[in-house]
Amino acid sequence: MKAGGGLDGRRLAGVVLVVLALAALPFFLSDYRTFQFTQAIVYAIVLLGLNILTGYNGQISLGHGAFFAIGAYTAAILMDRFGVPYWATLPAAGLICFVFGFLFGLPALRLQGHYLALATFALAVATPQLLKYKRLEEWTGGVQGIVIIKPDPPFGLPLSQDRWLYLFTLVVAIVLFAVAWNILRGRTGRALIALRDQPIAAEAMGVNGAIYKSTAFGISALYTGIGGALGAIAVQFVAPDSFTAFLSISFVVGIVVGGLATLSGAVWGALFIQFVPNFADQISKAAPWAIYGAVLLAFIYLMPGGVASMLRGVAAKVLRR
Amino acid sequence: MAALLEVTDLHAGYGPTNVLSGIAFNVEEGGITALLGANGAGKTTTLRAVCGMIRRRGSVTFAGERIDGRATEDIVRLGLAHVPDGRGTFVQLTTEENLRIGALTRRDRKAVAADMDRMYGYFPRLRERGSQQAGTLSGGEQQMLAIARALMLRPKLLVLDEPSFGLAPLVVQDIFRIMRTVNREEKVSILLVEQNARLALELADQALLLETGKVVLGGPAAQIRDDETVRRAYLGY
Amino acid sequence: MEAFLHQILSGLAAGGIYASLALALVMIYQSTHHINFAQGEMAMFSTYLAWTFIDAGFSYWIAFVATLGISFLAGILIERIVIRPVERAPVLSVVIVFIALLVIFNSLAGWIYTYTIKSFPSPFSAGLFPQNPYMSPHEMGTIAVTFIVLILLYAFFRFTPLGLAMRAAAQNPVSSRLAGIRVGWMLALGWGLAATIGAVAGMMVAPVVYLDPNMMAGVLLYAFAAALLGGIDNPFGAVLGGFIVGVAENLLGAYVIGTELKLTVALVLIVAVLLFKPSGFFGRVIVTRV
Repeated sequence: MKAGGGLDGRRLAGVVLVVLALAALPFFLSDYRTFQFTQAIVYAIVLLGLNILTGYNGQISLGHGAFFAIGAYTAAILMDRFGVPYWATLPAAGLICFVFGFLFGLPALRLQGHYLALATFALAVATPQLLKYKRLEEWTGGVQGIVIIKPDPPFGLPLSQDRWLYLFTLVVAIVLFAVAWNILRGRTGRALIALRDQPIAAEAMGVNGAIYKSTAFGISALYTGIGGALGAIAVQFVAPDSFTAFLSISFVVGIVVGGLATLSGAVWGALFIQFVPNFADQISKAAPWAIYGAVLLAFIYLMPGGVASMLRGVAAKVLRR
Repeated sequence: MAALLEVTDLHAGYGPTNVLSGIAFNVEEGGITALLGANGAGKTTTLRAVCGMIRRRGSVTFAGERIDGRATEDIVRLGLAHVPDGRGTFVQLTTEENLRIGALTRRDRKAVAADMDRMYGYFPRLRERGSQQAGTLSGGEQQMLAIARALMLRPKLLVLDEPSFGLAPLVVQDIFRIMRTVNREEKVSILLVEQNARLALELADQALLLETGKVVLGGPAAQIRDDETVRRAYLGY
Repeated sequence: MEAFLHQILSGLAAGGIYASLALALVMIYQSTHHINFAQGEMAMFSTYLAWTFIDAGFSYWIAFVATLGISFLAGILIERIVIRPVERAPVLSVVIVFIALLVIFNSLAGWIYTYTIKSFPSPFSAGLFPQNPYMSPHEMGTIAVTFIVLILLYAFFRFTPLGLAMRAAAQNPVSSRLAGIRVGWMLALGWGLAATIGAVAGMMVAPVVYLDPNMMAGVLLYAFAAALLGGIDNPFGAVLGGFIVGVAENLLGAYVIGTELKLTVALVLIVAVLLFKPSGFFGRVIVTRV
């Protein structure tokens, strides 16, 4: 699925088919597996957000774990302390993260390349400590974190909680993907890409770099925040040490593996960071990260386009025959 | 006289664009050869291709060794010093450090010290500016520094890319006089790219005329200088 | 007053460590304009090597020297094998390669040495420095080591032909090649030096924070802040920045905000410097031509 392309009949049929298959998936899986796929969808939303910023707009963020954390805590605090229903926390998480992202994006305008990476890296490293901060403990629950209750399916639908949450997350993800697809294939998408590839020329052509770049930051954070909220609801728990720098790094791993500046890459990347550590964990606690590192190097050297572009290449070859 | 540098069928360019398509010429040992031509003829590209600074294909032999497959630093170590366009000054280092950089590949420390003095003899202005940041030097001084830095290598062949560019006529005269001295007394062969054809033809023994990536004419400089049709057609004076 | 003086002096000791790691960052930044995110983890891994030697019964200083030697070679190898292929790649690729190195070293250390905290000895005994109530021998030793490293580096770059070649290669690679300098190897040498200096920083900080695979995260952040504050292309600035950051961190921690937000302080410092004085106090202002 390339952001630039239109949606002809054949592609639409393909998309509908994939969606139907995804919707049917939990009915063939145990609750635990279903939960894992819910998480994969959550990651796909996050990676989509990060890809808008890093892939399409060329702004490197090593700190998206922070926005994920903000989204997660927003959902948890709203549900735990204010009794807000779970679905209503999503817009709140998205909005708050948009504001944070936009605000972080404003100073980030002056930073490029390595420096932006550095600033966001610092954000990622500092996040757990901030979440543990004593003065915020009343809200965040300090080191203990917050436990939240898993939502029941509505209208007495005969579904397990996990299946319902999977379907709910899937719907949210489809909406978010559709929105991203619309943003990226139009004027805004072209502006973002132009600012990434030819910043000076783009500005000279009348693209307002400041607005677009900080908006990209905001939207990216919004996606990540909604992902964070969904993640918190699925895991039923938030705590500072779930949001270390390594979480941010795994998002970077995801977009590199999936494919920078592709929509479908977010899905492949999410499957990778959700399931590969599970397998690797069986070797050693350190193994997933060793594999992440090696895979990162391998992709940068051998397959800089990620899984998405590899599949596209394969598909093109098959179709030509 | 034997050829010090032999170029045959050399192709080169930048990215996908080809600038040279099968250029061929010789630079004779002991002489001064001028490479002339209009803007965009491929003069600078030729020098860069010879020194391995850009993508190239073809045969280049220097002092009896094939150098077309070698890296720039290895070619330089064979005794081919290149004064690039823009002079390549190490602007944040001192004048003296710039000169020492030229001799970094040499092991004969005493001779290096002596050569340093000799350079200061050629260019007394550089001695005055010895401990000054090279970036603060004037254009003429930086050109002198670039030539001196190249000579510190004790090269067999000195390649110069438009040494007169942007300099006052008096400074240019000075530099050309020293090039002649270096050629005569130190037996350093010179390959010179120049916009100022009149000046170059006065200095050079041999001249090559380049047009859109090909040598269209070559021969003794005096002959080309005296041929009015060539002068009018190609050199514009 | 005495407590205040104590805070300042022990801040200087911490600053010495930040300064060393900042120096390592500068070594690589100067020649390639890359910020090495893996510098901290490389230092951590070197420190584990030293621990291995000491654990095997070697004396501290033998372990120290062996670690420096191995780190130097490892730094060169990393540059030649891992960094070289992306020398001309976009910034994003380079950053990702650094991140890959970071997680590889971190997980290797966890894999080989486990995540249990280990103690690491200090080589500085009480008799080495004059007794005083303000600083421990290790703190004084750390500051001394920082200055020794700085002086050695200065002498190397200022007075040796190899140092000159490295400076030349960092400044103007094209011209350096035309002077016969093997620029690629100079970059590798810079990595070797950075890895060595980082190893020193790791061995100095380990007795204080104890040895574990994540011990350098905070130190690295402060080293970033230090390097940026002083100007990330200026070794002296970086060292000064290290001391300033170390003292500021200690004073803020003791009197203003407590120690809980140490990393946030570093974050704020980094962002503030990047925004208001991106070239640092002593760095070169880079002007991009449009």
